[in-house]
Amino acid sequence: MELLLTLAIGTLFGAGTYLILRRSLLKVVIGFSLVSHGTNLLLLTVGKLKRGAVPILVDAFPGPYADPLPQALILTAIVISFAVTAFMLALVYRTYQTLGTDDLDRMRRPPE
Amino acid sequence: MTRLVILPILIPLLAGTLCLLCWGRLRLQRQISLVSAGVILIVALFLLERVRAGGILVSMMGNWPPPFGIALVADLLSTIMVVLSATMGLTVLVYAFGNVGRERERWGFYPLYHFLLMGINGSFLTGDLFNLFVFFEVMLIASYVLLALGGEPGQLQESFKYLVMNLLASTIFLASVGIVYGVAGTLNMADLAQKLAQTERSGLVTALSMLFLFVFGVKAAIFPLFFWLPDSYPEPPTAVTAIFGGLLTKVGVYAIMRAFTLLFIQDVAFTHTLILILSAFTIIVGVLGAIVQNHFKRILTYHIISQVGYMVLGIGLYTPLALAGAIFYIIHHIIVKTSLFLISGITERVTGTNQVREMGGLLNPYPLVTTLFLLAALSLAGMPPLSGFFAKLALIVASMREGHYVYVAVALLGSFLTLLSMTKIYLYVFWGADSPKRERPARYGDLLPPAAFLVLLTVTLGLYGEPVLRLAQEAAEQLLFPQGYIEAVFAAVEGAKR
Repeated sequence: MELLLTLAIGTLFGAGTYLILRRSLLKVVIGFSLVSHGTNLLLLTVGKLKRGAVPILVDAFPGPYADPLPQALILTAIVISFAVTAFMLALVYRTYQTLGTDDLDRMRRPPE
Repeated sequence: MTRLVILPILIPLLAGTLCLLCWGRLRLQRQISLVSAGVILIVALFLLERVRAGGILVSMMGNWPPPFGIALVADLLSTIMVVLSATMGLTVLVYAFGNVGRERERWGFYPLYHFLLMGINGSFLTGDLFNLFVFFEVMLIASYVLLALGGEPGQLQESFKYLVMNLLASTIFLASVGIVYGVAGTLNMADLAQKLAQTERSGLVTALSMLFLFVFGVKAAIFPLFFWLPDSYPEPPTAVTAIFGGLLTKVGVYAIMRAFTLLFIQDVAFTHTLILILSAFTIIVGVLGAIVQNHFKRILTYHIISQVGYMVLGIGLYTPLALAGAIFYIIHHIIVKTSLFLISGITERVTGTNQVREMGGLLNPYPLVTTLFLLAALSLAGMPPLSGFFAKLALIVASMREGHYVYVAVALLGSFLTLLSMTKIYLYVFWGADSPKRERPARYGDLLPPAAFLVLLTVTLGLYGEPVLRLAQEAAEQLLFPQGYIEAVFAAVEGAKR
């Protein structure tokens, strides 16, 4: 299972990096969401994949329980990347409207 | 008492939210902002007083015992940084009243400004690695919007580069935090310091430290990672540039300083030597970049890079005096750099341009502005008796004691080239014939007091260099004795129960 997830993380990072290096603004945004998915999976994997009970210790020790921290981290990271992606899309749209292109190479500095 | 530590984070959050609630009422927003910035400054000074007298203050959120709860830790370095951010927050805010313009004020400048300060203060005070990531994000998201606010073509284009570069660093930061958790099983910095010191996988820890050096290096703009900075910083209005140039990169420097004095001290011979080499390149490349520029604000932004090099040099030398020098340098740099940006805003308003070759002859009509610029510029270059001299002196003496004469030469060369490029600004902007383009004498009385205040501060810092250097030395000693930090964090909850 670890191996499978590692391969998935690697693929997501690879595909994301490829997209980030593209010239089209929108592809860069998609690349970032892939990379952030990869990071979330990485967080899940380092927290050790195992079957376990809910980590709420009420009375007796219930046996093996899952580590809640990576999941809390992932939840926070998802919220942050959601907000940033939303902002990025808005920025890309506004940039496209103002500069008339979505090609990073064609965005030259305006004369000062 | 220790709950005070949360106030520098809580007050901007409250002020930002209140400003959002008073969306259309600009006067009220200004008043809220001013009160909030003033209160933070008072709280920060009080904290500094307490920490200096009574040692490190730790507050565990929700009173969970460490390492489970999130710790806020105010040691001397953190409090010094919070005092600086509060001072700049207040000064630049007053400047912003006259500088950012109605349109940007209407579209949420003040709430964003408070959230930016919240992120900065949070990054300085947190004692938890993941929490540091969160505060970095708060700061960065506010800065993305502040950079793009106004929507001018140049701003939009540079915002995207800035966004991509910082987002990439943030993603790698998050992944590194994950790996740290996998290796050590904790994210509390004090606990982490203990666990990493005992670990047998020292190779892995060194590799991790390099990941963190990359991440913080992007934020601090050190040598191979600085290229996003000089393009993006000059684009927004001067007030935004000033707060970015003064504080944002220094958050990265602070994070490097914290990580490489508390967490990653297993293989100093490798990590800190690498930091030293990078710092030398940063100093030289930054200042060479500044020399070829002709845009007032771009010259200043390239100088940020060069100056960050000096601070990182102090971290790389890793001796008490060097760290004290680096801390003094940060204090000096934040004040002087912000003041120079504020002055560049005044000349921009007076002449209507930022190209130094199109200005000229400002000495006669504006003697006060000229004097302020001259003092700040000489301080930046390190002329005695201004504050830059003592900052550089401490660093140079420290590298001489370690026998690193190459770095002494680099520091002196960097300082000389800084003076050269400041002379260039002075020659083109203040000396010479009146430029033909300038016809109307512009009013600048509302922008002058904040700039003058900061220049006065750097002069004072130079004249009273000794007590400030002593404060920096105390902070450096705390940094070089991480056991004190660890014990303070672990003693926190018992203290609260009493």
